[in-house]
Amino acid sequence: MSTEKLLEIKNLKQHFKSGRKGVIKAVDGLNFDIYKGETFGLVGESGCGKSTTGRTIIRLYDATEGEVHFNGEDVHNVKNKEELKRFNREMQMIFQDPYASLNPRMKVEDIIAEGIDVHGLASNDQERKEIVVNLLETVGLNEDHANRYPHEFSGGQRQRLGIARALAVDPSFIIADEPISALDVSIQAQVVNLLKKLQDEKGLTYLFIAHDLSMVKYISDRIGVMYFGKMVELTDADELYKNPIHPYTKSLLSAIPLPDPNYERTRRRFNYDPADHDQSEEPEFREVRPGHWVLCTTKEMEQYQKDYPVT
Amino acid sequence: MENLLEVNNLHVSFDTYGGEVKAVRGVDFSVKKGETLAIVGESGSGKSVTTKALMGLIPQPPGRIKEGEILFEGKDLAKMKDKELANIRGKDIAMIFQDPMTSLNPTMKVGNQIMEGLIKHQKKSKSEAKERALELLKLVGIPNPEERIKQYPHQFSGGMRQRVVIAIALACNPKLLLADEPTTALDVTIQAQILEVMKDIQKEMDSGIVFITHDLGVVANVADRVAVMYAGKIVEIGKVDDIFYNPKHPYTWGLLGSMPSLESTEDELYAIPGSPPDLLNPPKGDAFAPRSDHAMKIDFEQEPPMFKVTEDHYAATWLLHEHAPHTEPPKSVQARMKGMASGSSEGDRK
Repeated sequence: MSTEKLLEIKNLKQHFKSGRKGVIKAVDGLNFDIYKGETFGLVGESGCGKSTTGRTIIRLYDATEGEVHFNGEDVHNVKNKEELKRFNREMQMIFQDPYASLNPRMKVEDIIAEGIDVHGLASNDQERKEIVVNLLETVGLNEDHANRYPHEFSGGQRQRLGIARALAVDPSFIIADEPISALDVSIQAQVVNLLKKLQDEKGLTYLFIAHDLSMVKYISDRIGVMYFGKMVELTDADELYKNPIHPYTKSLLSAIPLPDPNYERTRRRFNYDPADHDQSEEPEFREVRPGHWVLCTTKEMEQYQKDYPVT
Repeated sequence: MENLLEVNNLHVSFDTYGGEVKAVRGVDFSVKKGETLAIVGESGSGKSVTTKALMGLIPQPPGRIKEGEILFEGKDLAKMKDKELANIRGKDIAMIFQDPMTSLNPTMKVGNQIMEGLIKHQKKSKSEAKERALELLKLVGIPNPEERIKQYPHQFSGGMRQRVVIAIALACNPKLLLADEPTTALDVTIQAQILEVMKDIQKEMDSGIVFITHDLGVVANVADRVAVMYAGKIVEIGKVDDIFYNPKHPYTWGLLGSMPSLESTEDELYAIPGSPPDLLNPPKGDAFAPRSDHAMKIDFEQEPPMFKVTEDHYAATWLLHEHAPHTEPPKSVQARMKGMASGSSEGDRK
């Protein structure tokens, strides 16, 4: 993993109007970087804004405020169509629901080749077919599958098609929005192994959005925890699980049941109450330990540093 | 202790245009009072069909219970008439469904949905039923029930709705509770609360629970005993510690190995290759053999019987036959078994 920034997200906000006066602050001032070649995990409960974050980064929604820099360029202010196309090739998405995200009336070949056609990556039908077959083989399917329709595939196979489609335009960054949540346990491992293999082979960078914390821990280099549109904690995957600092992260971790009856018999659950925070000032995102950022006030920061000394 | 529920050699099939789909192919298990049996398996393994059969909720046609008996307190539910079954359903046996968004009636106030069963089964008056409904809402942890009882399902969040579903299921103090993935649609923190509520209530009422899930973490949390289902059969059954610390069936190994533990750092997860078999033409022999690394010749020819490991631990795999070569579970699973048995994962996380 390098320290070169691929993606910089600055003060990203996504507010939705609700009713005549209401505003829902789905994403409220996010700041984080994603390094080249890493997997950045984004976790949180439903409604915390993690999917909205992913969708806003790739411009499925226009951000209310804030900037997204990709390789140093501000991609959200690109108006020029050509440049936008270039950006779209670099960034792709894998969706949660492998049943809803594939057009049921299109053949697999055409689904996967859609990006190839848009970007004119194949000069003739022969080449197009070759690229598609290649992609199918990359994700563990084969040539025969190219002429079938999505309903002929199982959930795990469909998710592989989604991955092949994302890879078709040779992107460097992939946003995976709960890519395994809809799959069976044994199939989840297959897809996760595939994603890891592809990352090694192609040097891909991932933003991995999920609520299954053990899988996120497994696949991610760094993890950000979101709560009500804000990032409350961000650090290395191991550090987060060993030394969770923010009380919300603690409550989240303490709620995961592990496949270990002995552990389960002694597990104690924390409850998170936002009212327990120091209310004297607005909390800010601060570096409590090296590389370990937590949303806290000055007073809380002092307490955290006392509780989690750097050894 | 006597068995509350005893299922013997249950076969459930669905007649489709393509032929007979054998969804459940000979399942035996029992549940005692105050005990939780977890049934785990992938989608299509027949776990939901099994519970639906217990409640007489298999649509007939196309479905039918082909064979077997379902003894609830000694009476065979499989042979009961619909009317008799209706008197047991919701009263002695209650069900919690997977999706709280669709299992409540959107046009009916929550209070009335809870009272329905009370009025029908316990012949309570409306005011008595209402009192009990308030009690139940309090029991499952819904704040200010007097207000909530008058509201409609859409005014509740997912977790709160599932609590309502549980309240309905508990209304008549059922002896047996069938929970089909009751927490799958919920966030982990809400899931933890719901599981706690269910356990508290079980303690109080001493009811038996059949808990269906594919989440092994949840299984470790709630179960006393575990049945692992694959392709319409139970392939391994035993006490929760047997299944997690001394699994014998290659499929159980696969399930345990494919979940990363929070401590795991292995480069690759142990994934079960392939996908579950088509139950229109169930494979000959051991249904798991085509996906198993440990399959032997006999696995493709003859179905393995249930081998006894200990008094209450059984597994259907030829690997347990006395002439089978000694086989160790995959490394990743072994590490987990060892690490877990010694309890080293405790205390690692605060």
